[in-house]
Parts: sequence; C-alpha cells; structure tokens
Amino acid sequence: MSHSTATPAAGNPEKFEFLVTGDHHAPNGTLLGFWLYLMSDCLVFAALFATYGVLSQNYAGGPSGADLFDLPLVALNTAFLLFSSITYGFAMLQMQQKKLQGTMFWLAITGLFGLAFLGLELYEFYHLIHQGAGPQRSAFLSSFFTLVGTHGLHVTFGIIWLVTLLVQLRKYGLTTANRRRLFCLSMFWHFLDVVWIGVFTIVYLMGSMS
Amino acid sequence: MSDHDHHHEEEGPHSTFSGYMIGFMASVILTAIPFWLVMGDVLSSRNATVVVILGFALVQILVHMIYFLHMNFHSEGGWNMLSLIFTVVLLFITLAGSLWVMYHMNVNMMPSMMTEISGSA
Repeated sequence: MSHSTATPAAGNPEKFEFLVTGDHHAPNGTLLGFWLYLMSDCLVFAALFATYGVLSQNYAGGPSGADLFDLPLVALNTAFLLFSSITYGFAMLQMQQKKLQGTMFWLAITGLFGLAFLGLELYEFYHLIHQGAGPQRSAFLSSFFTLVGTHGLHVTFGIIWLVTLLVQLRKYGLTTANRRRLFCLSMFWHFLDVVWIGVFTIVYLMGSMS
Repeated sequence: MSDHDHHHEEEGPHSTFSGYMIGFMASVILTAIPFWLVMGDVLSSRNATVVVILGFALVQILVHMIYFLHMNFHSEGGWNMLSLIFTVVLLFITLAGSLWVMYHMNVNMMPSMMTEISGSA
C-alpha cells in the first residue's frame, strides 16, 4: 500500500502537469477541431432532414412541393453555390502561391455568388409566403422552411465570415493565422455545398415528383 | 519563432488546380443529370427516378468530400476520417430510425384501424 496512486511521488512534479506549456499549439489542432464542429453541424442537419422526411407528405390540404417548387430557379441557385465552391478553390490556390491580391479577388467573387444564392432563396421564400404558403400553412411547409432556412442562415454567416476575412487580409496580409482561418472557412463553405446536394435532391427534386 | 512559423507553413491540405477542376466538372454533370431526369420526366417509374437521383446525390457528396474537402485516410492522423465515419453512422441511425418509426406510427394508428380494434373488443 506504500505505492498508492493517489499520492504524488516525490521528485516527480511533472506527473500532475495537465497543461503542456512548451507546445502550446498542436499542429493542425484548429483544423481538426473545426472539422469536429462541422460534424456536429452535420448532425443538426440530419435531425432537420429526418423531420422533413417524416413531415414531407403532411400537406394539411395545402399545396404540395409539386405545386410550389420552381425547378429552373432551384437549378440556378444550385449553379450559384457550385460556382462559389470552385471560386473558393481558386482563392485557396492563390493563397498557396502567396498571392494576396488574387486570394482577395477570388474570395470576393465567392462572396458575390453566395449573395446571389441568398438573394434568390429570399425571393423564393417571399414568393411562397406571399402565395399563402408560409411556414404556418402545413407541417410540410414548416419543416421545409426550417431545413432550407437553416441552410440559408449558415450561408449568411459564411458570407459575414468571408467579409471579415477580407478585412483581415487587407489589414494583415496572408499571415499564418489568416491562412488558418481561410482553411477553416474553406471547409465550412464546401460543407454547405455538400448539405445543399441533400437539399436539392431530397426537398426540391423529390418534392417536385409527388 | 521562425521555426515555429515554419511548422505552420505545412498546415492544411495541399490543393491543386486539376483537383478542383475534376471535382467541379464531375459536380456539374452529377447535378445536371438528376435535374434533367426530373424536369424532363425521363423515367416513367417514380421509384426508379428516386433511386437514381439519390444515387447521383451520394456520388456527388463523395466527389465533394474528396476533391473539395480533401478527405483521405491519413489527414490529422486519421481522426478526420474516423469522426466522419462516426457521424455517418449517427446520420444513418437518425434518418432511418425516424422514417421507420414514424411510418409505422402512421400506418398502425390510422383511424380505420382504431375503430377495428375497438369494434372487435
């Protein structure tokens, strides 16, 4: 019993050091942490998709997806988001070559595509609500607005983040911290495009067929 | 300090122009075909269309994961992939479980069935 684990061994103070001060920033720690956040965000969308899947036939005598959805508009919106993904990719390539102006240029283009996407989505929402097909009309429309609206909210915050990064880049250039932030936003932006694949397939395309 | 900074130089995945272009081209095709199938009413069977467009969505998600998000088995010592697999398992349980349970709730609690039970009792 003399070697109890509860008492610290004399002359071995390192044993209780939980914070390692020497290596304060683990390599890629931020990127892995941000990836884990994205995975948790993925679960939020899983719950919303499940809700939509359960309620998507509950029209309450109201309009169905086939009555409401304008597929050419959705196709245009999908194109905007896809273009914004590739332009963000170009921004990352410029960043790799340490070209500040090029990075900022492609980031701005990405932001404009994001804004176009958001504008079209808001127009669609306004149009639906104007028709009397607002979120309070039926369970189908409630879950539709929640799912698509949450995605739109993510895009909104992505654009705010993008503009913030543009200001940061302008002030401080391509510093280590800014490059790390650009990597994080890159993951966030591409992740939103992945979620949108699910949205346009399950909500819009499958909804238009019923 | 310079050594410290140098360490961060290698942070994040290395991307290439060709990688992004392959991903983009594949995505355009994988998006256009489902839209064409639905808008053009190409397949006569509704179920077949659903299966096909879900398949295209799945492939496109994989394309985005590989070419845009740079997923592989060795980044972050494999933790990226492990957390992704864990999330996909949870995703499957959430989606399949919800749809399965709620479908049976709907079917088994239809008004007609309720009167049937009360009538036989």
